[in-house]
This record gives sequence, C-alpha cells and structure tokens, in this order.
Amino acid sequence: MNTNGAAVVQLIDVQKTYRTGEMEVRAVRGVSLEIQRGEFVALMGSSGSGKSTLMNMLGALDRPTAGRYLLDGVDVSKLSRDELADIRNGKLGFVFQSFNLLPRTSARENVELPLLYGKHQLTNRQLREKADRILSAVGLEGREDHTPSQLSGGQQQRVAIGRALINAPEVLLADEPTGNLDSRTSVEIMGIFQALNERGMTIVMVTHEPDIASYAQRNVVMRDGLVKSDLPVARRLLATTELEKIAPLEEELAGAKE
Amino acid sequence: MRFGSTFKIAFRALRRNKLRSALTALGIIIGVGAVIAMVGIGNGAKAQVESQIASLGENLILVFSGSTTASGIRTGWGGAGTLKVEDAEAIRREVSGVNAVSEEVSSNSQIAAGNQNWFTRVLGESAEYFDIRQWPLASGAPFTPQDVRSSNKVCVIGKTTASQIFGNDDPVGQILRVKNVPFTVTGVLTPKGLSAQGSDQDDVLIMPYTSAMKRVTGGITWRSINVQVANASDLEPAQQQIVSLLRQRHNIRSGRDNDFTVRTQKEIADTATATTDVMNGLLGAIAGVSLVVGGIGIMNIMLVSVTERTREIGTRMAVGAHGQDILTQFLIEAVALSAIGGVLGIILGVLASKLLSISKNWPSLISPGSILIAFLVSAAVGIFFGFYPARKAARLDPIDALRYE
Repeated sequence: MNTNGAAVVQLIDVQKTYRTGEMEVRAVRGVSLEIQRGEFVALMGSSGSGKSTLMNMLGALDRPTAGRYLLDGVDVSKLSRDELADIRNGKLGFVFQSFNLLPRTSARENVELPLLYGKHQLTNRQLREKADRILSAVGLEGREDHTPSQLSGGQQQRVAIGRALINAPEVLLADEPTGNLDSRTSVEIMGIFQALNERGMTIVMVTHEPDIASYAQRNVVMRDGLVKSDLPVARRLLATTELEKIAPLEEELAGAKE
Repeated sequence: MRFGSTFKIAFRALRRNKLRSALTALGIIIGVGAVIAMVGIGNGAKAQVESQIASLGENLILVFSGSTTASGIRTGWGGAGTLKVEDAEAIRREVSGVNAVSEEVSSNSQIAAGNQNWFTRVLGESAEYFDIRQWPLASGAPFTPQDVRSSNKVCVIGKTTASQIFGNDDPVGQILRVKNVPFTVTGVLTPKGLSAQGSDQDDVLIMPYTSAMKRVTGGITWRSINVQVANASDLEPAQQQIVSLLRQRHNIRSGRDNDFTVRTQKEIADTATATTDVMNGLLGAIAGVSLVVGGIGIMNIMLVSVTERTREIGTRMAVGAHGQDILTQFLIEAVALSAIGGVLGIILGVLASKLLSISKNWPSLISPGSILIAFLVSAAVGIFFGFYPARKAARLDPIDALRYE
C-alpha cells in the first residue's frame, strides 16, 4: 500500500487560524498527514474538531495560515485564487453532503459542469459523450435527462460523484457524502466508493458515522485541531456483502406488505 | 479564453429560469418599446408639421399689416390695415427675384345657397394665389387676373365648404350668396387637410381680392401679402428689400418700429419644428425613464439571483470556476436578457406605433437609426446594471458560498 513515499497528499505542520474580531480561533493547530495514492481515508471527529477546516484546505478551497500542503508534489498553499480554482478543476473532485447539483438542470449538464471550466474547450458532442459515459459508470444510464428533482437522493449523489469524476481527479474529496441518505443508499454509495478505490482512486471522506468510516481503509480522528488517532480499519466493511444482508430483509418487508 | 463555454453556461442558466428571465426582460421590452413608439410618433408628428408648412407653398414670404392700439387695446398682426394696394404693386415692381404676389384680405362670413348656409372663412386673393400655395383645383377652373381686375362676382371653394353647402351636387357653375351678394362658383379646390395649427384648410371660400374688398370686407387695405420668390437663396435678400421698401413707402423714420411684419416660410417652419422638437424631447425623456426603470429591474433580479444562487456559485467555484468566469456569466446573462428584451421591445414598439397611427390616425415614422440606438442602449443597460451584481457574485468566497443556506 505504501508505495515508496508516492504520497499524493502531503500536509506538513498545517495550521489555520481565523480571526473574528478580537477573537482568534485556531481551527487547525498543526497537522502533518500523508495520504498515499490509492488510499481510502475517512476523516472523523466531532463538530469543532477542525475536520471541516482541514477538508477545505485539502480541497484547495482555503489556504493554510502556516505550513505546507503538497498535492501531487505541487505546493498549493501559496497559490492564487485562480490557480487554486484550476487545481480544484483538474486534480480534485468534490462530493457534498447536500449534493450541490444545479437545480432544474439535467443530470448530464450537471456532470458536464467541470468540463466547461476546464482547460480544453470541448464540442457539445464531446461533452455529451463524456458525461453519458460517466453517468452509466455510476449506474444512471437512461436518466441522463432527468433533473435533480426527478431523482432520488441516492441517484442525486451518484450524479454528484459523476461530476466529481469527470475530469479524472487525483483525489476524490467527500464531505459527509451519506449525511442526507438512508442507510441502504448510504451503503450503495460506499459501494461505489470502494469500487472506485479498487481501481486506484484516492478517496478522502469526512464523516461522523463510525460504521460509514469502517468502509474506508484508514481512519484519521481529529480533536481540537490536532490529529488524535490515525489507524488502519481493523474490521473493514464491504459494501457488496452488507447489501446482500439488507436485500433479503427488504424482500421480507415487501412480502409482508402484500 | 473560455468565452464559448461561459456563453453556454449563461444560456443554460437563463433557460433554467424561464419565467424569471421573461419577467426581467419584460422591463426592457416595455422600455425599448416605449422609446421606439414614442420617438416614432414624435418623428411622425414632426414630419407632418414640416409637410404642412411645405404645403403653404415654396419660397414664401409673408407680409402682415401692423397692429393698432385703440384705447390701450392692441390688435394682433394684420389688425391695422397698413398695407395698401400700391404696396403690393411696388413689391411686384421693385423687389428682385419675386415670382408671384398675392394680396390677401380675410374675413369670416355666413354664406348660403338654396336652403343651406354655412359660416366660413372668406379670403380675397389674387389669381396667382393658387400657384403660390401649389393648390390645384379638383374640378372647375380658378378665377383669372381679368376677374381680379374687374372684381367679378366669382369664387372658388374648398372641399369642406362645398360639401356643407351643396352636399353631393357638383358646385361648379352654381350660385352662392356671400353677405347676400351672389357669387358664381368656378371651381372646387383639392383637399389640403388640417393646417399646422389644426384648422381645416378646406373650410374656405376664395374670391378675387378686389371683389372681397368691394362687396364683403369693405376698406382699401390688406391683412397680408403673400410673396413668392423664384429661389430659396432669394428669400433673405427679398425679405430685406421688402422691409426697406415698405419702411420707405410708409415714411417710417429710422429708429421707429415697423408698422408691418415680414416673415419667411423658413422662420415659420423653424418655430413649428422647435415646438415638435420640444415634444419629441419630452416623449423621449419619458421613454428613457421607463428604460432606466427596466434596467434597475434587471439589476434587482440579478442581485436577488446572486443571493438565491449563492450555493450554485459556490459549486461552480468548487469545480474550478474562476471569479472571472462567474463575472462573465452573470454579465452575459444580464446583457442577453436586455438584448433579447431590446429586440422584442423593438418589435413591440414598431407594432404599437403602427397600431396607434392606424387607430388614432397619427403619423409615425420609425427610423432604422432609432432602432439601432434602442438596441445598443438596451445592451448598455444590461452591462451597466448587470455589472454590480456580477462583481458581487465573482467576489464570493467559495467556502461561504457552498455553506450558504
């Protein structure tokens, strides 16, 4: 797993301090972390632990006040706003708790969005082909023209995953991706993440649910702006087997209704 | 750089909010429509006034009698008969470039024929009057210089007068009485319509000025003299010559006021068009206000839209949009709305002015220039009022925007 220091994410004593009037809030007080290519990391911690702030910096949405952040060997802690935007576009994919899809916009157009801000201008046909390929990869074939309001929560999150993947990012960042989903759909989404991870995708996921975190390989727990523990997952859950356990139960329920 | 994509993004955003886009564009549609319609009507009115003034005749100089003051009451121009028969003769003889001269007396009289009677304007003119006014006859013939010399009891009537007195009968050759003096109608004039002042120019009876002075008005002086010069370039020198000639004939010492007044057609036209210019300015200002209101409507909607779409902007920034991309997107949205509104407004304005000119019989004149200006103004309104909301959107912090509820 540890492939000779080929860390795709490297945080070196990263700190973030917010100033709200007189008050100084030290949200992250010095975090050093390495994430190797192909890892699936769950970032945990209670609210106020600094995990969201750390996630924002990992996502190049925010710059650290001190310390260095190397993403794929590039120091992104000193980049300008626009350079950060290009990093987010090309090297990172985002999945949010509330999906953040554009309303009244088809699944296809939602997935195309990062391509429109990309380096290369694509024709409408190229856009469409790429988007449709990704959508069928996340299991939404035939629903390309549906708008978010016509899709279930799980399907909306699949669209969001499609959007995150379309520019073939180095790292997939997920912020509470199952926070708005029921347990079965959550497992399905974890299934997608595990499948992606098996094919080599690096995933960093913020969650506060321990059972969701146990689908990852490694759990990093934050507390008061510092890393409290950083351990591999002992009893890792596999989405495929978990789904098999849920399925007969549901069939029973369905049978009882009839 | 990625302008094409931004265009795509902006139009997708507009399409997503069809109703809001339509309502926003409505402000501009009404604004531009109002500008086009009002400027069209204003220009039409101006053109009509100009054509009415041209219908007075070409290269005309009008000489009016002076006013009198009796018991402190001053009459208007032409109130005092200071222009005499000899003055007209002198102008004919001595002023260079003069083509035709028509002495004019005027009164309002009751006229009658059979059991019909009508109150109309009675003009006494010379036979050249019809040439000066470029006023051909619809039927019959005008009176002749011989009729003028012998003060024959003949007359020519306007269309309105003809239909009031004779109904559908042919008036030519019939007898009508003016102040109980019988006159033979020799012809009917072609209709000229309303004058610039709004009076019916066809409600008229024209007879030789000699006959009018002897049998209708009495007296030996005129209200005015119409002088036509051959060329437009002769207008001013002729005007000056007439002034000095009449001052000399009326023995007016230097330093004292004229007892007559001389106007060229150009001066009259300038006054009239100045009035319509003021009206046009007023109409344009009102329409301009509605265009500004439409623009503020766009700004309002775009500002609301920035707030409402904060999360969308955050999402866009998260997937790699630069501030510049967001700025351009919102600007394109605003400009597209106002440009589409502008095009629809132009169509609406053209239709409205056509409809008004048909239903109210107002002339309207829509120039391609005003259409172009209206379109450019509406696009400029979009940029101007779209810039502030667009900049606001572009400066949002991606993290705050993503968390915005």
